Amino acid sequence: MNKPKINRVEMPRQKADKRKGNFNEVAQGYTHEMAKTEASRCLQCKKYPCIKGCPVNIDIPGFIKAIRDDDLPGAVGVLKKDNILPGICGRVCPQETQCEELCVFNKSGNAIAIGRLERFVADWELKNKDKVKPVAVSRSTGKKVAVVGSGPASLTIAADLARMGHDVTLFEALHTTGGVLIYGIPDFRLPSEIVGEEVDNIKALGVKVELNYLIGTIESVDELLGRFDAVFLGTGAGLPIFMNLPGENLSGVYSANEFLTRVNLMQAYRFPEYHTPVKVGKQVAVIGGGNVAMDAARSALRLGADKVYVVYRRSEAEMPARREEVENAYEEGIEFIFLANPTRFLGDEKKVLKAIECIRMELGEPDSSGRRRPLPVSGSEFTLDVDVAIVALGTNPNPLITSTTPDLKTTRWGTLVCDEDTGRTTCPGVWAGGDVVTGSATVISAMGAARRAAVDIDKYLKGDYIRPGQYWRESKGEEPAE
Amino acid sequence: MYKILETKNLAKSIYLFRIEAPLIASKARAGQFVVLRVSPKGERIPLTLAEWDPQRGTITIVFMIAGATTCQLSKLKEGDNITDMLGPLGNPTEITNYGTVACVAGGFAIAVIRPVVKALKEAGNRVISIVGVRTRDLLFWEEELRKESDELILTTDDGSYGRKGMVTDPLKELLEGPESINRVIAIGPTVMMKFISLTTKPSGIKTITSLNPIMVDGTGMCGCCRVSVGGETKFACVDGPEFDGHLVDWDELMSRQSTYLDQENHAYKCLTGTGEEHRS
Ligand SMILES: Cc1cc2nc3c(=O)[nH]c(=O)nc-3n(C[C@H](O)[C@H](O)[C@H](O)COP(=O)(O)OP(=O)(O)OC[C@H]3O[C@@H](n4cnc5c(N)ncnc54)[C@H](O)[C@@H]3O)c2cc1C
Ligand SMILES: Cc1cc2nc3c(=O)[nH]c(=O)nc-3n(C[C@H](O)[C@H](O)[C@H](O)COP(=O)(O)OP(=O)(O)OC[C@H]3O[C@@H](n4cnc5c(N)ncnc54)[C@H](O)[C@@H]3O)c2cc1C
Ligand code: SF4
Ligand code: SF4
Ligand code: FES
Repeated sequence: MNKPKINRVEMPRQKADKRKGNFNEVAQGYTHEMAKTEASRCLQCKKYPCIKGCPVNIDIPGFIKAIRDDDLPGAVGVLKKDNILPGICGRVCPQETQCEELCVFNKSGNAIAIGRLERFVADWELKNKDKVKPVAVSRSTGKKVAVVGSGPASLTIAADLARMGHDVTLFEALHTTGGVLIYGIPDFRLPSEIVGEEVDNIKALGVKVELNYLIGTIESVDELLGRFDAVFLGTGAGLPIFMNLPGENLSGVYSANEFLTRVNLMQAYRFPEYHTPVKVGKQVAVIGGGNVAMDAARSALRLGADKVYVVYRRSEAEMPARREEVENAYEEGIEFIFLANPTRFLGDEKKVLKAIECIRMELGEPDSSGRRRPLPVSGSEFTLDVDVAIVALGTNPNPLITSTTPDLKTTRWGTLVCDEDTGRTTCPGVWAGGDVVTGSATVISAMGAARRAAVDIDKYLKGDYIRPGQYWRESKGEEPAE
Repeated sequence: MYKILETKNLAKSIYLFRIEAPLIASKARAGQFVVLRVSPKGERIPLTLAEWDPQRGTITIVFMIAGATTCQLSKLKEGDNITDMLGPLGNPTEITNYGTVACVAGGFAIAVIRPVVKALKEAGNRVISIVGVRTRDLLFWEEELRKESDELILTTDDGSYGRKGMVTDPLKELLEGPESINRVIAIGPTVMMKFISLTTKPSGIKTITSLNPIMVDGTGMCGCCRVSVGGETKFACVDGPEFDGHLVDWDELMSRQSTYLDQENHAYKCLTGTGEEHRS
């Protein structure tokens, strides 16, 4: 087993009692000294196992070596070759199950902090733009590509295709670019300024952006194909799932999407300076156990809730949220109620939420996902007095586009049927990638899919790919994780 | 940016804006709406399309001052820009030849029922319009609507003009009268649509109501606009905004609409600096 001489360098964080009162970033990033120390631990392994864990195959030892050698512009160059959004990935990638999991030091609990180093380099670049060579763009091919959505999948493919010399236009339904990065993930984990800066870098490559432009309503995919040579759908999985329980539409019951959109995209935490309100309960229950649930719970706390519960139907071990974020939530005082599931929402005479009724669960045999299936314990109902409930049970793709594009085949979860290696959909000239294909997944997996599609679209536009719509293999169409 | 080409004060606290928006104008149909933001710090609010002109590339909205955002909007002038505007959203009104249709509008909805009336007429319907306002000062476009409809009935709550009373009174008489009414379409304040639905329920005449829950994105992403219709949850922005009034859970809708009353009042006070609360 490999054992490093020195331990992984910790990253400074805002103290829990202070940070739960503000929306500033929790993790503060490495100083140059810390980054150098951490970088010096890397063995520069010949077989670089870490790279296999990264969906966009960043040359990890390469950029770490550049940090060690004090060549930060060089480090930026290595990163940007494969990842146009390093400041974002360095913050929100689940590194512990990706690149860092495969680092030779992981077994001794001391993996190189690849994500933190990536973030350090990206943050350095933002402050030192003049020291970095701009990304090279190939000569114009005269081919036009429409990219729908502006989340990580769309931003990545837009950058790749622009670098290949194609003329790219992004169409975004909302008034700001970034997708979930801007409307979902809160500022205390990913400041909107970082997203804004990384988007500006992409626009600088010549990518055009049309905001307030809802494809499927304002213009159909078929109409887009009339004026573009290829179309990429990076529309994500934005439709919130509800449980169809009694009382679910009472005033005070939110979907996580609505709650987080109000707080992040609309900046309701700065109300009334920003005009969008959000109801801040005294007692808040968040239902779910993923990253989205953690973000909603921690946002509610920061808005001033006295008590925030997270109600999750399995046990702590099965929670899909990132470990680091669960620990942050514990430290901030979030209370977890495991092995419990809501059965109904109770309101007062004015139909305003006042409590939720839950039932205790126990774990049975493993289900298709390999996790033990939670089963209700009859007669174990209990009520939890709350004035706000936030349902964070996942999302499916919005049917706006598929319902207006008959050629696009979907799975029974509404995700697009696609060839996994190329992103080709069942509709000739149309590619897709990210959450719209996989269901809710991760930023970096969306980016990986986009990079593969970019290569295929480039081939298609250059005439190598002659059988449009003819060869694709179906993705597995697994049930999306909660 | 969407440039304001014309502004008009149609009646007390009701304004008309004609705005440059060629793309929206080229796609608009009766019953659809836009979501707009007045300023970079503003909230997103939905407003129905009252008119549109694909040739000139303009759309018209008519709104009533209800709180901070509509108040801020009313202060904009010709030549100013609206920061963001998304549309056309929602399903268009279903238009075919039903026979005789009663179109009922309350308050600002006089403006947004006109495209529906026009489309129904073009499809060969006989259209009886019923318009109700609180008081005469709030009435506008009377002559226009009279010309576009086969018949126009006016009511005011205080009797200052037309019949005294609520729109449900003439509607009830119409239903009990000799003429057969094949469909009722109602647009306006939620309470009004609730009572219209209750009025038509005994006779079972199909009653279409245009719901106005609070919205954020208007694209089906947030679920803020959800309403219970026939025991099922629907998203008004993408499944609606028009639903069968006999199936809508009106009390739930009204409860959801008042979720932010305290904050809205606070925002209005901050904006006007008057210390006065506003409720219309
Ligand atoms: C609260 C929250 C926290 C998360 N935390 C993490 C994390 O820590 N780490 C991680 O890796 N992942 C996280 N995720 C998941 C991650 O954000 C997503 O997997 C990723 O953003 C998917 O990217 P995408 O490009 O496929 O789609 P999205 O980011 O969903 O972007 C889709 C975009 O398309 C637009 N759009 C949709 N339909 C249309 C249309 N018809 N016309 C025009 N535009 C349209 C949408 O408005 C949106 O902007 C989180 C998700 C949420 C909700
Ligand atoms: C599909 C649709 C079409 C509409 N068309 C018109 C129209 O043509 N003309 C018109 O005058 N009004 C229309 N409305 C209502 C209009 O959107 C609200 O009056 C406006 O949002 C009030 O905002 P405010 O900040 O001025 O007032 P606030 O003080 O914020 O709110 C006053 C009341 O308006 C409602 N409201 C507040 N915010 C929203 C929101 N984001 N979305 C929806 N309702 C909200 C609430 O019930 C609230 O109590 C429509 C609403 C919908 C849903
Ligand atoms: S992008 Fe994500 S997975 Fe890839 S190296 Fe960076 S942190 Fe690791
Ligand atoms: S596996 Fe770990 S130590 Fe080896 S090169 Fe990758 S990051 Fe460095
Ligand atoms: S307004 Fe967000 S889903 Fe309808």
